[in-house]
Amino acid sequence: MSEAAADRASKRENVVTMAKQVMAGDVRTVARVITWLENQVPVGSAVLKLLRSPVQRAMVIGITGYPGSGKSTLIDQLITAYRRLGNTVGVLAVDISSPLTGGAVLGDRIRMQHHADDPGVYIRSMGTRGQQGGLARATRDALQVLEAAAYDVILIETIGVGQNEIDIVAVAHTVVALTTPGLGDDIQAMKAGLVEVADILVVNQGDRDGADSALRHLREWHTPVLRTVAVKGEGVPELIAAIAERQRVHDLVQVSR
Amino acid sequence: MAVATTPIRVLIGKVGLDGHDRGVKLVARALRDAGVEIIYTGLHQTPEQIVATAIQEDVQAIGLSIHSGAHNSLLPRVLELLKERGAEDVTLFGGGIIPDDDVPRLKAAGVQMLFQPATPMQDIVTFVKGLQVER
Repeated sequence: MSEAAADRASKRENVVTMAKQVMAGDVRTVARVITWLENQVPVGSAVLKLLRSPVQRAMVIGITGYPGSGKSTLIDQLITAYRRLGNTVGVLAVDISSPLTGGAVLGDRIRMQHHADDPGVYIRSMGTRGQQGGLARATRDALQVLEAAAYDVILIETIGVGQNEIDIVAVAHTVVALTTPGLGDDIQAMKAGLVEVADILVVNQGDRDGADSALRHLREWHTPVLRTVAVKGEGVPELIAAIAERQRVHDLVQVSR
Repeated sequence: MAVATTPIRVLIGKVGLDGHDRGVKLVARALRDAGVEIIYTGLHQTPEQIVATAIQEDVQAIGLSIHSGAHNSLLPRVLELLKERGAEDVTLFGGGIIPDDDVPRLKAAGVQMLFQPATPMQDIVTFVKGLQVER
């Protein structure tokens, strides 16, 4: 074998090994492959092509909503709930990269840090790196990696959104959109965009003034609309149930296709 | 505008019982402005949480701020855990109230750099930007 051919063969072998390690759930490999995909290193997409997801597919849940509405805090609660149900959990937490410098302060996981050394939980922060639409450039690829690593539940946190960052709809099975009391009147609840595409609407910080009227306005137009107080875990069991119902319908549609 | 498409990823956080986060936030902000992707863990982290986070996030470096005086136990513990988990390729640096006498010992143990009080911000930025980017 020529030197170049041998080099190609060893690289090929390396890619196969990496793919196997991802599918065996090796955290270091999962993390490194996601880095390659974020950095658009060719070997990353070579590994990606070899990945296969388990027959029992992960539940993919998108959490979106306004900046500061409590997405990370709610995810922290969802991790706890799903772990208690015996599931492993993967999280992709997207935050904005600076359009000026490319730098970012990715701070979503601060709220989730007590899950950091739970081996059944994998949390990855991603900068948008110029991507519009609420997700990072490599979020879809990273999702495939976590699916192949056989996490039972995958939670994707979008950046804090306005009204038009709805890429999550094409990626998650269930989209949960968070709003908070005091963000607008009954006409806001009629508008197109985020609230229109969400499967489940949540009024978080639901112990604040104005929560009742926010719920009333939204319920005129949408269903289901739930109330949560994420910092206290209130409303989380109801949300888990609503997500499960939505997932059941999603799975039925998949099977009948 | 030239924006790097593969920014360096660095974990910045605080370990132990130490709530002084003014400095570490300034460092995180300065590094962001220099084009670095900061994974910010916030306060009160254990070495175990720091190392698990570094591995999940696949960072090139960990920068820890310590003002509690516990640097002589916390920093070596982080190094030990990195080694245990096969992640010695992650650079560890630190900052805060760290007396001159402790610096040589910590560096010998494997802490790459220690930024003591009155370090110009630019020195920290230059150090981080100089880290190996290849992944």
